[in-house]
Amino acid sequence: MPRDVRVLVLRAAGINCDEEVMHCWRLAGASPTLVHVNALANNPGMIDGYSVLTIPGGFSYGDDVAAGVILGLRIRLDLAETLQEFVSRGGGVLGICNGFQVLVKMGLLPGGAFGRNRATVTFNDSAKFEARWVRLKVSTDRCPFLTPAATLEMPVEHAEGRVVTVDDTVADALQEAGQLAVRYVDGDGRTDRYPANPNGSVAGIAGLCDPTGRIFGLMPHPDRHFDHTQHPQWTCRNPVGPADGLTVFQNAVAHWRK
Amino acid sequence: MLRDPAGHGLPATAEAPAGCRCRRRLTKALPAKFDPTPAEMKPSLTNPQRYGHVRVEPRSPKLDAHGCEVLAEVRHLGLQHVEGVHSSRVYLFEGALSEIDLRLIAEELLADPVAEQFALGRGLADRPVGGATIEVQPLPGVMNPAAASVREAARRLLCSMGRSGVVEQVQTARRYEIRGARGLDDLERIASKVLANDCIETWYIRGIGRADAIPDRFPEPPTYTFQRRHVPLRSLGDDDLRRLSRDGHLFLSLDEMRAIQTHYAKLGRDPTDLELETLAQTWSEHCVHKTLRGAIDYRGDGFGTEGTIEVRFENLLKETIAAATHALQRDWCLSVFVDNAGVIALDDEYGVAFKVETHNHPSAIEPYGGSATGIGGCIRDVMGCGLGAKPIASTDVFCLAPPSFAPDRVPQGVLHPRRVLKGVVRGVRDYGNRMGIPTVNGAIYFDDRYLANPLVFCGCVGLIPRRHLHKQPNAGDGIVVAGGRTGRDGIHGATFSSAELTDQHADEFSHAVQIGNAIEEKKLLDAQLIARDHPSGCLYSAVTDCGAGGLSSAVGEMGADLGATVDLEKVPLKYAGLRYDEIWISEAQERMVFAVPPHRLEKFLAVFAAEDVEATVIGRFGNDGALHVRYDGATVGELSMEFLHHGIPRTRRTATWSGLTTSPPPQAPDARSVPRPPALYAQRQGSGSGLEYVPDASAIAGEATSRVRTSSSDNAGRPRPHDRIDRARLLSELRNLNVASKEWVIRQYDHEVQGRSVVKPLVGRGAGPSDAAVIRPRYETPTGIALGCGLCPEWSDIDPYLMAVLAVDEALRNVVCVGADPNRTAILDNFCWPKADSEESLGALVRACKGASDAAVAYGLPFISGKDSLNNEFSMSASEAQRTGLPPRLAIPPTLLISAIGIVHDVRRCVSMDLKKSGNFLALASAPVVGGAALRHAVGFTAGKALHDRVAGLIQSGRVAAAHDVSDGGILIAVAEMCIASGWGASVKVDEGALGCGPWDAIATTYVLEMSESDATASGLPIIGRVLDAALLRVQWGGAEAFDVSVEELARAWREPLMDGGH
Repeated sequence: MPRDVRVLVLRAAGINCDEEVMHCWRLAGASPTLVHVNALANNPGMIDGYSVLTIPGGFSYGDDVAAGVILGLRIRLDLAETLQEFVSRGGGVLGICNGFQVLVKMGLLPGGAFGRNRATVTFNDSAKFEARWVRLKVSTDRCPFLTPAATLEMPVEHAEGRVVTVDDTVADALQEAGQLAVRYVDGDGRTDRYPANPNGSVAGIAGLCDPTGRIFGLMPHPDRHFDHTQHPQWTCRNPVGPADGLTVFQNAVAHWRK
Repeated sequence: MLRDPAGHGLPATAEAPAGCRCRRRLTKALPAKFDPTPAEMKPSLTNPQRYGHVRVEPRSPKLDAHGCEVLAEVRHLGLQHVEGVHSSRVYLFEGALSEIDLRLIAEELLADPVAEQFALGRGLADRPVGGATIEVQPLPGVMNPAAASVREAARRLLCSMGRSGVVEQVQTARRYEIRGARGLDDLERIASKVLANDCIETWYIRGIGRADAIPDRFPEPPTYTFQRRHVPLRSLGDDDLRRLSRDGHLFLSLDEMRAIQTHYAKLGRDPTDLELETLAQTWSEHCVHKTLRGAIDYRGDGFGTEGTIEVRFENLLKETIAAATHALQRDWCLSVFVDNAGVIALDDEYGVAFKVETHNHPSAIEPYGGSATGIGGCIRDVMGCGLGAKPIASTDVFCLAPPSFAPDRVPQGVLHPRRVLKGVVRGVRDYGNRMGIPTVNGAIYFDDRYLANPLVFCGCVGLIPRRHLHKQPNAGDGIVVAGGRTGRDGIHGATFSSAELTDQHADEFSHAVQIGNAIEEKKLLDAQLIARDHPSGCLYSAVTDCGAGGLSSAVGEMGADLGATVDLEKVPLKYAGLRYDEIWISEAQERMVFAVPPHRLEKFLAVFAAEDVEATVIGRFGNDGALHVRYDGATVGELSMEFLHHGIPRTRRTATWSGLTTSPPPQAPDARSVPRPPALYAQRQGSGSGLEYVPDASAIAGEATSRVRTSSSDNAGRPRPHDRIDRARLLSELRNLNVASKEWVIRQYDHEVQGRSVVKPLVGRGAGPSDAAVIRPRYETPTGIALGCGLCPEWSDIDPYLMAVLAVDEALRNVVCVGADPNRTAILDNFCWPKADSEESLGALVRACKGASDAAVAYGLPFISGKDSLNNEFSMSASEAQRTGLPPRLAIPPTLLISAIGIVHDVRRCVSMDLKKSGNFLALASAPVVGGAALRHAVGFTAGKALHDRVAGLIQSGRVAAAHDVSDGGILIAVAEMCIASGWGASVKVDEGALGCGPWDAIATTYVLEMSESDATASGLPIIGRVLDAALLRVQWGGAEAFDVSVEELARAWREPLMDGGH
C-alpha cells in the first residue's frame, strides 16, 4: 500500500482556482484538503502531516497594491515560522499564478527564505491581462514537480507575470543554481519573443524554484491542462499519456510518496 | 450631491483587525526586510502626524507599463508631440502615524523592492514640484476597493509589529507626469479624455502655469438627523404629478401616479417618500416589464402569412415567448421564468442555470463601472437562483458604434465609442476574471446607431444541485443582508433605466453609477456555497440578489406572499449620513438577502464570519401580507403587498405595422464600420444589382429618428458590392468590423479558469473564431454545455419578425456547430428597444416577440429566461444636433439577443471550426428559413428544423471534421475563417446559380462542413470545395474570374481592424 500523500490547498479572499487544483491533486492520487488562510493562521499546527502546501491562482485581495502582496504579507505576519519549518522538514510548496506571485512577493522564491528579494513579478509589458497557451521548457533537474528537460504546454492567464530582477546577473546566477525551473520557449527554442514569451519576463522565466527545488512556483496553469480536451487544438491532435499539466501533480505525488 | 465623506471608509476606529494576534516581535515576524536603526528613533520620526502619504513609482521607464499604455492613448488622441508619461501611485493616510509607521507601511506593503521606489510625504497634498502633472483621485464616496484593502493590511501590519500607529482612513490616487505637453489645453484633454471620468473621479493639474489645490484633508462626514417625510400627493393636479414623477426620478406614467394618488386618498393619508420610492422601484419597467406584459391590440402584416391581420394580446410576453415554452413542454426544463435565472437539466443530479442581463444606461455614462456591475449583477442572479447556483461561465455581448467614429461628431454627454469599447471590455475583464468565472462566449456588433446608447449584455451560467432548486421563505425567518455595505451608490438605477438619455444625463444621473468590488462578491459566493452545502443541511430557506431597487425590491419580492418588517437602522452602512429612504433603495453592489430560520441563524452567521463576510439581521418575514419599514422604531413605510405587486394599472395599447415603406436611398455605408444589410433582401426584392435602398430606421419607428451614418469617402464611386467577386472584396469583407477578429478582446478575458473549458472562443493553430463555447460543468462526467448567441439587428430595418427568427436560427446554428443536441437546447431572450411609445414602434416589438416565439416553437427551443431594456434613445439640443450633424433624437435599431444553451452528450465528440486535413471535402448544408418569393414572410421552418437536426446527427456520428456557421459575410467568409483557424488552405468552386445565393450573402440556416471524401459524397450535400495542403484560398465562383489569396493575407486582413481596440 503506497503512502498517502496529503496536500494542503490554501484558500483566501479572491483565490479562485482552488476547485481545479483540488481536482488535479485527486487525479494524481493525492489526498487534498482545502483550508482558508484564516483557519490555518488560527491553527498553524494543522500543517503537520501534510507533504505539500499549494497556493492556487486567483486574485487574492483583488490584486490590490500589486498581485500577491497582501496575501504574502498576511502569510509573512502569521505563518512565516510555520512555513520555514514545514519546508526544512522536507515539505513542498507549489504556487500557481497568483500563488507564484505570493511566493515571490514574500521572498520565498527564488531565495527560499522570507526577506528582501532580488527578483519580483510585475506588470506584463503589454500592460494588460492576457490569456494564451504557451510552451515551457523545464530547465532544472532538482525540482520534484518537474520532469527534467520536458516540454510542457499550458495556458497563462495573468496581468502581472513579468519576472524582473535587480540586475542582469541574477538570471544567470539562478540558471547556474538550477533555479530557472521553467522558461517560455518558441518553436526555435528562443525565450524572448512575444507571444511565446507572453509578458516580457527576463530570460523567459515562467517559473522558479528555491535552492532545494521543493518550493516551486510558476505563472502558467498546469491545473488547466489536466485533460486532453482542454488543449486549444485537441480536436486536431491525438496525444497519448497524461496531459502536460497533470504531470506536475503526478511527479509531486511520486516524490512525496517515497 | 453628497458622497462618502470617508473615501468609502468605515467609521474611523482604531480597533485591531480581525484575527490579528499582535505579536510584538519587530524583527522576527518580518525577517530581513524591516530593520529600524537607532538613528530613526529621533522624535521627529516617532511623533505621530494626522496626515501623511506615500508615493510609489516604477524604478525605471522600462518598468512603467501603465505609463506606456497611457502614452499610447494620448498619442491616439492626436497629441503626437507628447514625449512621455511617467506614472505613479499615491496612498493618502489619515490617522496617527509616525514617519517610522509610514515607512514601514511603504516598505512592507506598498512598494515592490525590486521594481519600484517610494517617497514619503507629510500631509495629503504636499507633492514635489516638477513638470506638468495630472493627479486623479476618486470622488469622495466612490467605491475604492484598493483603499479598503490597504487600510486593512496596514492596520494588520502595524498591529503585528507592535506599532502604536493608527490608520483611520486611506485614499488612493494616480499621478502622471506628462513630458512634452504644449499647454494647459493638452493637459485638460489628457485628463478628461484618457485619464479620468468626471462622473466618478476628479483631477488636479499642476505645471504650465497652473497649480490646482489638492485637498489637504479628507471630507468631513455629514451628519443625519432622522426626519420622516411625507409627499403631499393627494393635493396634486396632473401637471404636478407628471413633474413629480420626472423630477423625483420616479419615471411613472400619469396613470400610475393617479393610481397611487387614489390608493392613498382611500387610506386617508399621504405616502411617505419611502413608500412612493418603493412603488416606483417595483413598478419600474426594469422590474415589472409593463410594456412587454401589457395588453396590446395589433394590426398589421401577418406573422409569416400573407395579408393584414388583427390580433389582441392580453399579455404580450405570456402569449408569445412564455407560450412557446409552455407549448413545447420539455421535461428537462426545470425552472422557467419564475426565478432569477432559467434552469435546464444537465443530468439526474444537476441543473444548469442561465441568465442574461443588460446594463446599458450605466455603461453609457461610465463604461468600466457599468459593464463590471452588469456582470456582477448577473452573477448574483445566478447565485440567487433556487438556493444558489455556482457560477461556472459568463458571456458578454456589446453593441457599439465603430471605434473609428469621427471624434468631433460625438455629441456632448456621450463618450467616444473607442473609449466605451475599452471601458466595457476592461469592466467585464476585471470583474469576471477576479470572480474566477471564465468569460467563454460573446459578440461585438458595430452600428453607428449605438453611438449614444451602447448595449452591454452580460450572461452567467451556474451549476446547481437539483435538490436546491426550490426556495421558500417562511413567516418568522430572519431577513439577513450579507456582503458589501450599503452606500449612496446606484440610487435610482432601476428607474433610471426608464429615462431617455440626454446630453445632460451624465450630471443628472451620476448617482446611478455603481463601481463593483469583485472580491467582495467572491467572498460572498464562497460563504453562500458553504452555507448552502452545510453538513447539517442548507442554512437558509430562500435567497435573492439585491439588484435593481436594492432592499426595496429584494425584500418586497421575497415577502410578496408573506409580509415583512425591516428596521433600516440595522443595515450596515459604508458611511454615516444616509437617509432612511436612501438605505432602502440604494443599489450598492455585492449584497444578497437571505431568509434564515431562527434556529439556523447562529450557524449561518458563523459561516459568514469565518469567511470575513458581514451578515446582519435587519428584520423578519411576517404573515400579515404587509411591508413594514421602520427607522429607529418609527414607521417610515407601510404598504400592502397586494397593492405593491398588483396595484399597477393595466393599460391597453395599440400597435401597428405597415411593413416597408420606400424611402430614398441613404448614403452608401462605410464597409468597415456599418453592418451590411442582408444582401438577400435586395435580391429577393428583384432589384437586381444590390442595395437599391436600405429602409431608414424611421420606417420602423415612424418618428423623426433616423439612421446615423459616418460619412465615408472610400465607398464613393465604387461599384455596387454585389458585382464583385474578387480578392479585394474578400479581404474587405474580412476587414468589416462585424467579421474581423475580436482576439484583442477575447485574450483579455480569462476563459479557462475553473478548468472546465472544452471548446474555447478561439480555436485551431490560427486562433479562428469559434461558433460557440463548450464547457464541462462537472469534471467527473463527459456531459458538456454549449453556449452561443444570435444577433441580427440589421434585419430590423426590414422586419423585426425576421430579425427575431434569424437571431433564433443563428443562436441554434452556433451551438449545433460545436456538437450540441438541438433537441436539448434552450434559449434566452433579451430585447433592447428604442422607446416603444408609438404604435409603430410597439408594432415592431410585437413582431419581434412573435418571430422569436414562432421560431422557438418550430425548432423546439424553449425560452427559459429573458429580460428587456426599452427606452434606448438619446436626445440632444438643436444646436448640438446641428454641430454634430446628427438627428436630435438618436435611437438604436430594435435589437434582440438570443442566447442558446445546449447539452453536449459527450464533450469528446465536440467539433471545432478549423480545417483538419488536406483532401477533405467542404459540403454546404443549407435550407434558408427565410427566402422565397416574399421575403417578409419566414418560410421553411420545417426544412430548417430538419437541417439543424441533420447537421447535429452528422456531427454526433463523427462524420464531420469541422463545422462552421455561415453568417455575416457569407459562404466565402466562412471558408476563409476556417482556413485562418487552421493554417490549411481550401479551394472553393461553385457553379453559377447552383446555390441560389451570392458569395457574400448572410444567409440563414446554412453550415459549411468539412468531411472526408466518402462521407461527403454519401451525405448527398452539395460539395463546394476541398481542403488544400497549400496555405491559400482559391475561389472560382460562377462565371467570375478565379482568384487566389494566401491564408497569411486572409489572416492579416481579418486581424488588423480591431487589433488593440481599433487603434
